[in-house]
Amino acid sequence: MNSPILNLVAERIVVAVVTLLFVAFTIFFATEMLPGDVAEILLGQAATPEAVAGLRAAMNLDQPAFLRFIYWIGNLFTGDLGVSYVNKMPISDLIGGRLVNSLKLASVTAAISVPIALTLGITAAILRGTFYDRIVSIFTIAVISVPEFMVATLSVIVFAVYLGWLPALSMANEVTSIGGLLKVFAMPVITLSFVISAQMIRMTRAAVLETLSTAYVEMALLKGASRRRMVLRHALPNALGPIVNAVALSLSYLLGGVIIVETIFNYPGIAKLMLDAVSTRDLPLIQSCAMIFCLGYLLLITIADLVAIVSNPRLQ
Amino acid sequence: MSNVVEVRNLRVDAKSDSGRTVEIIRDVSFDIAEGEIVALIGESGSGKTTIALTLMGYTRPGCRIVGGNVTLTGQEISNLPERKRARKRGTEVSYVPQSAAASFNPAHKIMDQVIEVTKIHRLMPIDEARRKAVELFKALALPEPDTIGDRYPHQVSGGQLQRLSAAMALIGDPKLVIFDEPTTALDVTTQIEVLRAFKSVMKKGAIAGVYVSHDLAVVAQIADRIIVLRNGEIQEVGRTQDILQRPQHPYTRELLEAFEPAPHARVADRRDEPEMPLLAVKDIVAGYGKVDEGGNPSVKVINKVSFELHRGKNLGIIGESGCGKSTLARVIAGILPAAQGEVLLEGKPLDRDLRKRSRNDLRALQIVFQSADTALNPAKSIADILARPLTFYHGMSGQRREARIDQLLDMVHLPRSLRHRRPTELSGGQKQRINLARALAADAKLILCDEITSALDTVVAAAILELLKELQRELSLSYLFISHDLSTVKAICDEVAVMYAGEKIEQLSPDIMGSEAGHPYSRLLFSSVPKLDTGWLDSLEQDPRVLQAYSRR
Amino acid sequence: MTTSLSLSNTQKARPRRFGYRISVVGAVSFLIIAAWALVAVFAPYIAPHPVGDIVDFDFFGPMSAQFPLGTDYLGRDMLSRILLGARYTVGISLAAVCLACFCGVTLGMAAAVIGGWFDRVLSRMLDALTSIPSKILALVIVAAVGTSIPILIVTLAVIYTPGCYRFARALAVNINTMDYVTVARARGEGLGYLIRSEILPGIIGPVLADFGLRFVFIVLLLSSMSFLGLGVQPPFADWGALVKENIGGLSFAAPAVVFPSIAIATLTISVNLLIDNLPQKIRDRSEQ
Repeated sequence: MNSPILNLVAERIVVAVVTLLFVAFTIFFATEMLPGDVAEILLGQAATPEAVAGLRAAMNLDQPAFLRFIYWIGNLFTGDLGVSYVNKMPISDLIGGRLVNSLKLASVTAAISVPIALTLGITAAILRGTFYDRIVSIFTIAVISVPEFMVATLSVIVFAVYLGWLPALSMANEVTSIGGLLKVFAMPVITLSFVISAQMIRMTRAAVLETLSTAYVEMALLKGASRRRMVLRHALPNALGPIVNAVALSLSYLLGGVIIVETIFNYPGIAKLMLDAVSTRDLPLIQSCAMIFCLGYLLLITIADLVAIVSNPRLQ
Repeated sequence: MSNVVEVRNLRVDAKSDSGRTVEIIRDVSFDIAEGEIVALIGESGSGKTTIALTLMGYTRPGCRIVGGNVTLTGQEISNLPERKRARKRGTEVSYVPQSAAASFNPAHKIMDQVIEVTKIHRLMPIDEARRKAVELFKALALPEPDTIGDRYPHQVSGGQLQRLSAAMALIGDPKLVIFDEPTTALDVTTQIEVLRAFKSVMKKGAIAGVYVSHDLAVVAQIADRIIVLRNGEIQEVGRTQDILQRPQHPYTRELLEAFEPAPHARVADRRDEPEMPLLAVKDIVAGYGKVDEGGNPSVKVINKVSFELHRGKNLGIIGESGCGKSTLARVIAGILPAAQGEVLLEGKPLDRDLRKRSRNDLRALQIVFQSADTALNPAKSIADILARPLTFYHGMSGQRREARIDQLLDMVHLPRSLRHRRPTELSGGQKQRINLARALAADAKLILCDEITSALDTVVAAAILELLKELQRELSLSYLFISHDLSTVKAICDEVAVMYAGEKIEQLSPDIMGSEAGHPYSRLLFSSVPKLDTGWLDSLEQDPRVLQAYSRR
Repeated sequence: MTTSLSLSNTQKARPRRFGYRISVVGAVSFLIIAAWALVAVFAPYIAPHPVGDIVDFDFFGPMSAQFPLGTDYLGRDMLSRILLGARYTVGISLAAVCLACFCGVTLGMAAAVIGGWFDRVLSRMLDALTSIPSKILALVIVAAVGTSIPILIVTLAVIYTPGCYRFARALAVNINTMDYVTVARARGEGLGYLIRSEILPGIIGPVLADFGLRFVFIVLLLSSMSFLGLGVQPPFADWGALVKENIGGLSFAAPAVVFPSIAIATLTISVNLLIDNLPQKIRDRSEQ
């Protein structure tokens, strides 16, 4: 008999792949709804009908949408992201460096906020109902209730305008020293950390509180266990799945949050690229960027599910 | 002889969701001597678990000790700081929970949890603790005592977990062990094993115990003294023999009477010629999952079950949990369509799926469920709940319908003023009466009763049984009565079908539900029901081979 | 076990219906929300200056008696613009959340009651839709079909329908296992009755609370989109667009950047606090 874990893991991965295909389908056809003929738009008003027809054939535009979808997916798998409509450059070249910039931003943010958020979330759950818990709750509710751009503008006003510690804008190409790096990253990272920590703290606190109310934690109390032991030994191992899930969901929030942050701080990342593509209606670039974001989201969620499956003792 | 526990004028308050404070324990005092087992008996809401937990210096969230004192081995525990209380838990007083399945942490191996007390209180080296645990496993008659501790909680059965939690309670050599309804969730045949194991380790170690239960017969086997509780107050205290044979307090008498309901006065078969059965079930196969070509579902719950039920008669279906008796009710009602076989109502075949049955067929066959709490929509008033079948089946409206609702409330002996209430404002017994009234509103010929008294306190359940009998006399109803409780079935049924693992083992008259019953499993089942007799458990002898063959512990 | 049961016994004695306490925080939150709703309706009558008019020669003017919230990058009165902006922010979000909740809750209840293939396919598809981050999906749709107020409303509704669906379905699945639903089904009731009469009353409380939370999400997403220039287009402006217009004043912390943000925060925090302070009875109706 196969191990139930392997079956579940395989099932989860299949679900992720199918979801990705569905997402690709949605993105492709959403962008295909664009009114007007792409070839005409590209060639401008002065184009001859022959030139338009030639470009249509070259871009497979004369073929049914579904076939084009298949071509597009096939090309994505081989790493061919197509050519930008606007500046005719290969999209992989446009994205490459920008993606690295965004990943840097995201990883620094994650490295800072995950440990802080988990600590705050778990301690708030342990000290439930205390002054400390209430402060943490008020802070998180305030942060998740306001748009990211407000966190960003407030950070700028506090750190750049009043305190004058940091520059208001980032320019990653100017970085020459560690201090410079710190200054460039500081504002975006602070903003993003606030935004995703608030989510993570709330969800972690809820997950730990839920396991703390189970019968086996009460049993631990009746065995004479200390509060510390009840939380660390009895509640946490069982809250692991939900906590990893909370972390993944919050990190996936980074994907949306970076759009605002990269815009405000003028940070040359992939979200800014996508936003620019939207304003120029550069469809292949939008599709590719959107697929990268969705892939990132699916990776995070799938990893979280896999961790939850593997850490479940009932499946061992 | 010194007392392990002395409770004086204990009062506990609880805060309800709406913020009101209510006294749930009122002025309770009692002692427990060394090596003595005292039972706390009472119905739900009597405060028995709350009292037991105060002996550990613990109250559930929302509850608070507001008066009196609890002395454990000479030390007042109710005003100790939390850390000192924690030091006593596991070493001087320990706890065996009602649901061991929920009280074992799914993330750790059983052995680690059993010896955790010794780690917390640094009682002994790990190796010694493990050895001691294995000794306890042996004493509690657990299978494979050397290796069972290496498993995770989900890998052992409920009966075993319950005994393992007793090992967990005993590892720190406590002076007092609290058993909180430890066998309530178990089947009767398993319960015997567990009770025997508990009794022998407690007597051997001369450990004092508190046994919390609602079941007098179970308590009779293990307790030296019984404290009868009601609404947070002590009604009567006495030696077990005295309480059982010479109850002083009227409430105790009521409890004892409800334990053995009057047997059903059966209607004699007047006609000899075969009559068309009201309900006939023929070779039913049912279950879950995909049904293969041969008509077998991938998870088979019911296998080739047949029976007949005649008008005005009642058929009981008994068996332990998981034997398929509730599924059978659902199959008959068409909620779960059968994979094979047929259901005939008055000789007319019913479609397997209720969606294809005619409204008249649906009307004639009504189902009443176990849990009155979930069977009534909390968002609707009683009148709305009763009005719907009247509109749906009979097209009634206006004055006629209102009059009929009053009539239905009269039939189930509820005041008419209840019609504007919502289900959450009713007691368990009242809710179950409304459930019955809803089935009556359809003018049913046959009512499928699925464990309808199991969730009720004994006294309330006895009253419901009386009501069922009365309704049957007046309306010539028939009941298909599904239960795990033999005395309930005995009280109402003309015939009893015994089920085991999805099959009907045999069908017999309740009079002979005893020694001479044909099938060995039936005998095992019937003999496992605890009796109100202190010597019952010790004198009980069961064939170990039959036990082996039919145990799924 | 016994404790909880004895608690439920005591509930019988408590005053019926509106017997629960109303917290101060909840009451204040409610008043703020009500005030913004009134502002959204009566904005043109209470705005001190016409929205489009340049009333100050100075741009990014400070707070003064004449312009209580300063002036914007063109010298227009910020107070009037924020009051008018409430119309767009509150109006669009409310329309979107109503649409999303109506679709999500109806589909969710239907999926729970019907079950089987219908449920599985619908759940999978809507789940897949949630794996496109909300802002990315908004970008894609705006890139494809452009932006206008009706498109914004539909876009926001499409983005938040899967969440509503999932929430309502989870609640409805719980209710669906209740015996009273089985009883109704065994009685022969149809899908419409089951959904309307048995399932809906049981989930309406939590669904309303969820409605509020989702309203907050939609306000935030709408503001973000407007901030990115993809939401409400000039000459109209919601609160997010007001921040975008005046972002030039950020480097000297002009009131014109700060106050639209504060307006958003007062609305969203109030809704969140109101829901947090709702009586448990309404939030957890399904668990009774």
